[in-house]
Amino acid sequence: MAAIVVHDVRKVYRRYGRRRQFATLKSALLSGNLLRDLRPDAVLEALKGVSFDVAAGRTLGIIGRNGSGKSTMLKLIAGIGKPTSGSISVNGRVSALIELGAGFHPEISGRENVFINGMMLGLSRRDIAKRFDEIVRFAELEEFIDAPVKTYSSGMYMRLGFAVATSVDPDVLLVDEVLAVGDESFTHKCLDAFADLKRRGRTVVLVTHSLDLVTRFCDDVLWLDAGEVRLLGDPKRVIDAYLTAVAGEDNRRLAEGDTAAHEGLNTESRTPSLESRSGELPRDMFQAAEGRWGSREVEITEVDLLDPEGVAGHVFQSGSRMDIRLRVRAHRTVSDFVFGVGIFSADGVCCYGTNTQIEGATAGELAGDGEVRFVIEALNLVDGTYKLDVAVHKQDGVPYDYHRLLHTFRMTSRLKEVGIFRPPHRWSFSGGVRMSGL
Amino acid sequence: MLANLARLFRYRALISSLVARELTARYRGSVLGFFWSFVNPLLLLVIYTVVFTVVLPSVHPPELEPYAIFMFCGILPWTWFSASLLESSNVLVANGNLIRKVLFPAEVLPIVTVLAGLVHFCLGLPILAAFLAYYRVPVAPTDLLWLPLIVAIQLVLTVGLALLVSVLTVHFRDVRDLVANLLTLWFFATPIIYPMTQAPGSVRRILSLNPFTHLVIAYQEVLFLPGRYGGGRLPVVAAVSLVVFLAGYFMFDRLRDTLAEEV
Repeated sequence: MAAIVVHDVRKVYRRYGRRRQFATLKSALLSGNLLRDLRPDAVLEALKGVSFDVAAGRTLGIIGRNGSGKSTMLKLIAGIGKPTSGSISVNGRVSALIELGAGFHPEISGRENVFINGMMLGLSRRDIAKRFDEIVRFAELEEFIDAPVKTYSSGMYMRLGFAVATSVDPDVLLVDEVLAVGDESFTHKCLDAFADLKRRGRTVVLVTHSLDLVTRFCDDVLWLDAGEVRLLGDPKRVIDAYLTAVAGEDNRRLAEGDTAAHEGLNTESRTPSLESRSGELPRDMFQAAEGRWGSREVEITEVDLLDPEGVAGHVFQSGSRMDIRLRVRAHRTVSDFVFGVGIFSADGVCCYGTNTQIEGATAGELAGDGEVRFVIEALNLVDGTYKLDVAVHKQDGVPYDYHRLLHTFRMTSRLKEVGIFRPPHRWSFSGGVRMSGL
Repeated sequence: MLANLARLFRYRALISSLVARELTARYRGSVLGFFWSFVNPLLLLVIYTVVFTVVLPSVHPPELEPYAIFMFCGILPWTWFSASLLESSNVLVANGNLIRKVLFPAEVLPIVTVLAGLVHFCLGLPILAAFLAYYRVPVAPTDLLWLPLIVAIQLVLTVGLALLVSVLTVHFRDVRDLVANLLTLWFFATPIIYPMTQAPGSVRRILSLNPFTHLVIAYQEVLFLPGRYGGGRLPVVAAVSLVVFLAGYFMFDRLRDTLAEEV
């Protein structure tokens, strides 16, 4: 049996322009054009014909970029607002966690708020009294339950809101990104509460940006994109498709950001801001801002990051191969030259830096055009955005052409490890340790 | 609409808790607490007494003595009425967060506002009673039986208007200012600070179109004026109030679905 059936739901939000702000009831009445003035200037179609259903006892994750209609969908399922067209039917009691503690009144005690909030969610006074101790225990507020809610920390506030909302024991629980705000132990408690609901055969709909949560919890995933269903189905498949699409967009965005740098390369030394610094070396290389300097006797004319297929891009899977390809041109033949590469994290930490001199190469001759490749067989960096230094300079450090943080790439990884470096590794267990999923 | 009205009945526990919250939250943190509910009517009554016995002893008919109490009989219910409408005009907007985030019947909010006003009204009654006793105004005990009925009719009328005002304010913010000004007009179009008997015939006809006129006269007859009260126009006012309530609720119900978007 389906717990939620959504059929061809459209939701149009009306937007009123300036006219509405100045011409309200009065002028509408005066000019006799009440109906015309009430007509919106523009409409925003938040959902464009969405259909899906959720079988009872399943957990559905809804993912998508900001503004894709996820929260709108959830509110419509909750019954807060009606679809412009289409139909939604929900079987059983619904509880929606859209904002924790939305109904709390700051001046009165937690106890009174629990009762009022519970009654708003449809519980009777007796139901709440019966579950009251459980709610307080879950929220860990035994000492503070009689203090006014305004004295609560935001964590206490959220815990109480969550405890009340789940105490309704809903058949269908709708959750909108509320777990993102809690601390670690609170999040765990919430997840345990979800797991408990799942075990008891309740239906959960989860709107979240945490793909990790979706992978761990959801039976199905719905990917909304600009108000339409892009994909619905098995979490792994949908998330992979989603990540690929997001990576593609990141690629385009980073490429746009890089255009400036590339233009700098192609216009050679005509760019005045870069020109002014040419030839002089910043005193501290590691504190210098992005830029480009050098005598340009040897020039790096093009920098490309190539994926394992040899396609230039800006987004790479953690652990995959990346080639940094430099196209260089020597305006005169030189024999004193060193190529260098540096990788920096978004907060400016040098992750790795090397050059041909450090690695013991001896320069022969550089004349005319050439290509240099720095091949990284497995780029073991964690998820994040990184910037790149590339340079060609003399052995004493005097630069021909130094590109400081001009190139950006993104590492993506399904795992959200911390740090910078991801050493190739595996886990192994023996004895009484039993674990699966790795 | 009827189904929603029935559902509203199921939410009566919520309504009573919210009224209690409204009252306790209002005075939480103040030293005198509930005492403040008495202060305003008491102060008004003292001022009127001074004004109409010392400053203007002869502007009112001599049979309406003490005049301050006569006026107070009208001002007390009027305060409930006007404060309820003023607050309801803002109540949905002020609770916008709740309406957008929690599914519950929003008509609870204006109803709670009116009921909280009723509690304040009831808190004013003992003060009136004390003054009536002090001036030895004869009040027929059988007349007092009318009082709950009059209050009930006023409650129905006020809730109807409060529902209308609250939901319209969401769509037209000017309704709030409109209501504030209309209430001033309405105050003087009701025989509260002057007796109905002093109004000239033509004006009296207009005044009697105002349902609140008959409510105020009922309060004055029951609490202050000598002689038995026969019910006057109360049945008509009751019918009008019921129509207003149904119209207000109908309007609210029609616009209910737009609330979450517009607040």
